[in-house]
Amino acid sequence: MDKPVPGRRQFLIGTAVVVGTGLAGVLGTTVRDGELGAPPRSFRGGVPWTEGQADAPPGVSGEDYKFFTPAERMFIEAAVSRLIPNDEVGPGALEANVPFFLDRQLAGPFGRGDHYYLGGPWPKGTPEQGYQSRFSPAQVYRAAIAAIDKHTRANFNGTDFAKLSDDDRDKLLKSMESGSLQLEDGVDAKTFFTMLLQNTKEGYFSDPIYGGNKDMAAWKMIGFPGAHYDYREWVTRHGEPVPFPPVSFKGRPGWNGES
Amino acid sequence: MVTTLKPVDAVIVGFGWTGAILAQQLCDAGLEVLALERGPWRDTSTDFATGFAQDELRYMWRHHLFQNVSDDTLTIRNNVNQTALPMRHLGSFLLGTGVGSGGVHWNGQIWRFLPSDFLTKSHNQERYGKQSVTDYDLTVQDWGVTYDDLEPFYNQFDVLCGTSGKAGNLNGQIQPGGNPFEGARSAEYPTPPMAQTYGPTLFGKAATDLGRHPFPHPTGNLSQPYVNNLGAQIGACTYCGFCEKFGCGNYSKASPQTTVLPYVMAKSNFTLRTESEVLKVELSPGRKQATGVSYVNSAGEEFFQPASLVILSSYILQNVRLLLLSGIGTPYNPQTGLGVVGKNYAYQTMSSVNVFFDDKLINPFIGAGALATVVDDFNGDNFDHSGLGFIGGAYIAGMVTGGRPIEMIYTPQGTPAWGLAWKHAAAKNYLRSFSLSVHGSCMSHRGNYLDLDPTYRDIHGRAMLRMTFDFTDNEHKMSDYLTDRAAEIAKAMNPREIKLNRRTGSWNVVPYQTTHNTGGAIMGDNPTNSVVNKYLQSWDVPNVFSMGAGAFPQNAGYNPTGTVAALAYHSAQAIIQQYLKSPGPLVQA
Repeated sequence: MDKPVPGRRQFLIGTAVVVGTGLAGVLGTTVRDGELGAPPRSFRGGVPWTEGQADAPPGVSGEDYKFFTPAERMFIEAAVSRLIPNDEVGPGALEANVPFFLDRQLAGPFGRGDHYYLGGPWPKGTPEQGYQSRFSPAQVYRAAIAAIDKHTRANFNGTDFAKLSDDDRDKLLKSMESGSLQLEDGVDAKTFFTMLLQNTKEGYFSDPIYGGNKDMAAWKMIGFPGAHYDYREWVTRHGEPVPFPPVSFKGRPGWNGES
Repeated sequence: MVTTLKPVDAVIVGFGWTGAILAQQLCDAGLEVLALERGPWRDTSTDFATGFAQDELRYMWRHHLFQNVSDDTLTIRNNVNQTALPMRHLGSFLLGTGVGSGGVHWNGQIWRFLPSDFLTKSHNQERYGKQSVTDYDLTVQDWGVTYDDLEPFYNQFDVLCGTSGKAGNLNGQIQPGGNPFEGARSAEYPTPPMAQTYGPTLFGKAATDLGRHPFPHPTGNLSQPYVNNLGAQIGACTYCGFCEKFGCGNYSKASPQTTVLPYVMAKSNFTLRTESEVLKVELSPGRKQATGVSYVNSAGEEFFQPASLVILSSYILQNVRLLLLSGIGTPYNPQTGLGVVGKNYAYQTMSSVNVFFDDKLINPFIGAGALATVVDDFNGDNFDHSGLGFIGGAYIAGMVTGGRPIEMIYTPQGTPAWGLAWKHAAAKNYLRSFSLSVHGSCMSHRGNYLDLDPTYRDIHGRAMLRMTFDFTDNEHKMSDYLTDRAAEIAKAMNPREIKLNRRTGSWNVVPYQTTHNTGGAIMGDNPTNSVVNKYLQSWDVPNVFSMGAGAFPQNAGYNPTGTVAALAYHSAQAIIQQYLKSPGPLVQA
């Protein structure tokens, strides 16, 4: 039970990533994440099967930042470290590598708004009508960071958000959360805050394959065992601690001789 | 340029649960059947294999299996005095697409509606007086079909899925361990109920202490391996906690992929075309007959597909929109109350109660889509509504579908959404809390309806669907009463504390509620009150059949898929046994 076949998940993912990259290279375009854009197909005579077509998750690579400028990165680090601060209970968002996760998300399909309808017209809606901006998520972040820094420079003696005290940052974040902070340049502070908080929690708790949740520390903090596949022997063992260490799509420390 | 293709006997528009069921039934009857699916081919081993299926970010939050609204969405508003605006991002409901569609990423909660649910108007009128069904501008109706009519077809779906559960009423005999309020079943469930984890077990004990009648939730996450009537093999659920919003990598959740497709895809008289979106049903000059459908594929090629029979089996919102765009039936007018297409759009009225323990490890990550202990004492008309001021009800479920940490961390009343206090509450409560779901009915209302938006268009230039919807006082009263009943059970578990998440205010498109949209193509006993007859056949164009929950005249306090499937089988039998012998209206207007 505790000794899965070494490297099985890693093998699956590694293979699929290679195939995906190869395809994108051949086509010379980004393969679109979504249902439209694949070629039309016709099926007759049986369930189709093509080798090597597993739709494995894309994951991330590298350590450099692709989306955030150095100043934007400072803003994000200063913001997420207040949304989820570090202490002895568990990692903060900064320690969990959430800024890097956000960078990769905003540089990719999510940032581009691939699953958002952004067509016009764009009148202001009711709160019940939800997101009504023309901006993609990447545009929201870029515009909001600039607008917030403009606001803090005007109100805190020329200081960027990232250089404010913990208390001042918390106060500003609360005013964004409540919607009381008014920003310029078409930015709705509450829309940005809602997105930032959601994305921060995504980076904190998603599989480490996406660049956040470093060392699965956020999962360890709450006791979530991750991508475990079979809990049958524990179903009726009510109230007993489940001793599995967390596992990600790329395995866990101890697999494949890794530490 | 539009290419006209070789005619087929039946064209199926949308290849989810009902499309797969109709394809199988009509192929077995010998018809040449073509299914057109807007989205891509999908199968277990390629699209949601166990190596990567349990990915909360990708499937839930990045909508990997859901409809991509960037090209086509709908517009939404709470009432006719507002301007409808696009639903720019999925939230309240998570629309499916692709082969299997919502049948891939559902929870597998398989319910039958109560016998009285099919008689919402006449039954309540008889018991509570005429006003009970017209208060608050309710527009509830009887279905034109009864539980007894549908029972064999409910059973057919259980046999297909291998549904795990315990009968509470077998041929009129109440059975220990099952739901004593359910309509009579002609057969026991094909497989026994799932084993219950700690949370649902605590719920069951507390409910029993209060005199309620708990039973295991009927489920399409199977308790043991099963081979169905089509030879498809379904595995035993491993309780991984990734059902709803996810595909099952383990072949243990009933879906079109695990139950129907291995059989129907091999039929020599069946063809499936994917990435092919139907734009319109084409009608003969007299508009009394459909000649086929127009569709466009992802390469932009346009086709006219002639067909003798058109089965609309896309999701209800697309089905209603296709009826409106094709000019089939008279659109509903909320001012006059006349017209039927788009009438009686309804939803599901959800609330919940979170329960927090200090001394009990719930281990919520051990879960499954329909892993719950349920009480049905306050659903439908299982209780006396005299003096309560509402009709309808809800089931209350001690349910642990999983412990996916971005979505499912419960924190006590008053906990901030961020900061150290939030983190500490998450760390403290994650393993020691779970939620009671209050899954309420939603009656139909004069002001809740679907029509075509005057402003917003999709990528094909077609008008988007416009949804006008809000919860009415009937729903708020019902939900408050039921949430209080859930809180009683929650308190009887002796937790440290509970948190009530009541259904308050107007319907909001942002937080996820359920993908149980209903109505708009409602069924009934005559053309002045309904779009389709009891066989889901259009009153206006008899070779068009409209499947799905669009046929519900109002929504009951249960998940819809069991009833959607039963209606589909009921319709298929009528098509095969009656319509094919004598094409024309199956019910005389």
